[in-house]
Amino acid sequence: MELLERFAAGDLEAFEALFREHQKEVYAWAVRIVRDHGIAEDLTVETFWRIYKSRSRFHPDGNFRAWARRIATNAALDHLKRARRETELPEDLAGTAASDPAVRCETRERIRQAFFQLPAKYRLVATLALIEEEPYNNIAEAMGISLALVKIRVFRAVRILRKKLGSLVTEVGAQ
Amino acid sequence: MNNEENSKEMKALLRAAIAPMKDTELRRDLWPKMLRKLDEQPYRVAHVPWFDWALAAILGTALFFFPGTIPALLYHL
Repeated sequence: MELLERFAAGDLEAFEALFREHQKEVYAWAVRIVRDHGIAEDLTVETFWRIYKSRSRFHPDGNFRAWARRIATNAALDHLKRARRETELPEDLAGTAASDPAVRCETRERIRQAFFQLPAKYRLVATLALIEEEPYNNIAEAMGISLALVKIRVFRAVRILRKKLGSLVTEVGAQ
Repeated sequence: MNNEENSKEMKALLRAAIAPMKDTELRRDLWPKMLRKLDEQPYRVAHVPWFDWALAAILGTALFFFPGTIPALLYHL
């Protein structure tokens, strides 16, 4: 029996094989969204836990990689929704290094704060589309939404950020 | 300014403040952690929340007293 068939039938060894094959990719996707290594590890395990729970719904001739990525995206979105209610910044956002030195520290902080306050679904799309430069169709597939909806969410995220940052956008743009 | 220019400008601003993730490499095998989670939370039959049962009861009662609504319900399923 094929690996995916054995997994769908509840074989733990098949699940382990799939876990080992895909954990790096799931982790890499999650860490780009949540920007924290510890949280991304937890989300990777959470993703595979959800995969294991819903194994009976998986069709063995389906695309496991795409399915895992979609579940990882949902797990990351759930995390962002919870994290938005808390005040602490993720490790990447709290840090000051690795960003453009031409943009002043205070300005960077304002941009980060505005970005962190975005509603989770807009923050996820903005992170992937604007910061990570992930193609829109990949984002649409990972989120299980249409390409048009991804564009709308990017547009709305930009509009919210512009509103929050106000004149800062044009000031920095003019520098 | 059109949407595309707006988006480009904001992208430049965001990327100047928040760098793209460069280190996306997994540093350790997560299988032991996965096994612990599987041990802690053995697979259970999905729990049906009480309000789903309440909704089903209301629907069942409504269909019993108003059987004429069955075709309308079937149409909307």
